[in-house]
Amino acid sequence: MYARVSTEVIDAVDVLARVGSEQDGASLLFLGVVRNHADERPVSGMRYDAYEEMASEVLRAIAEEAAQTLGTDRVAVVHRFGELAVGEVSVAVAVSSPHRAESYEASRYVIEEIKKRLPVWKKEHYTDGESTWVEGQIPPVTTGSEA
Amino acid sequence: MSVPVRTLFFAAYRDHFGVSELDVELAAGATVADLVSELRGRGAPFDVLPAEPAVAVNHHYAFLDEPLGAGDEVAFIPPVAGG
Repeated sequence: MYARVSTEVIDAVDVLARVGSEQDGASLLFLGVVRNHADERPVSGMRYDAYEEMASEVLRAIAEEAAQTLGTDRVAVVHRFGELAVGEVSVAVAVSSPHRAESYEASRYVIEEIKKRLPVWKKEHYTDGESTWVEGQIPPVTTGSEA
Repeated sequence: MSVPVRTLFFAAYRDHFGVSELDVELAAGATVADLVSELRGRGAPFDVLPAEPAVAVNHHYAFLDEPLGAGDEVAFIPPVAGG
């Protein structure tokens, strides 16, 4: 189990190398990448802001929950923040499991939960020089123990 | 006795308020809702805070009726957009 929030460039191969074992027949890597448009508008880059301390804790909690689904600890997730250019990786999720179904399920769980509750925000920079915060999701408040 | 808390603002909130953090003194027994009222009561620019914003107390998402203690870190969390 590995979870990290960082300004460093994400090394996808390194993230993938953190999962996998001889009992696993499936390894899956998901990358979130900065795209060059938002709807019809050309985008030149993206700035990610993070509440770093909390985001680290929430990302770890999400990875732990996914590991429970998977029944193993072979989950690795890294989210980057700071200024990113088009084509750069903002998030990497790697999982492995004996069979593919659990890996697909756990990978999907991690990225969907990131979008719901990770305290991270992104500001799109457009090629015309303007920037706006991307409309986000209101995080759910469940119990006091929820990270 | 007053309760000092440290409030944090991120992303659109920070841009709007022009500050990333603010120390606030609250009355003993104050809750998150009291902190929201105190800030909104200051008027512009803080009056753009929603009446029921998402808030994290000491890194955990919290309900508005959560009581606050001295030294708590209260972050106002605009809608999140990770990934």
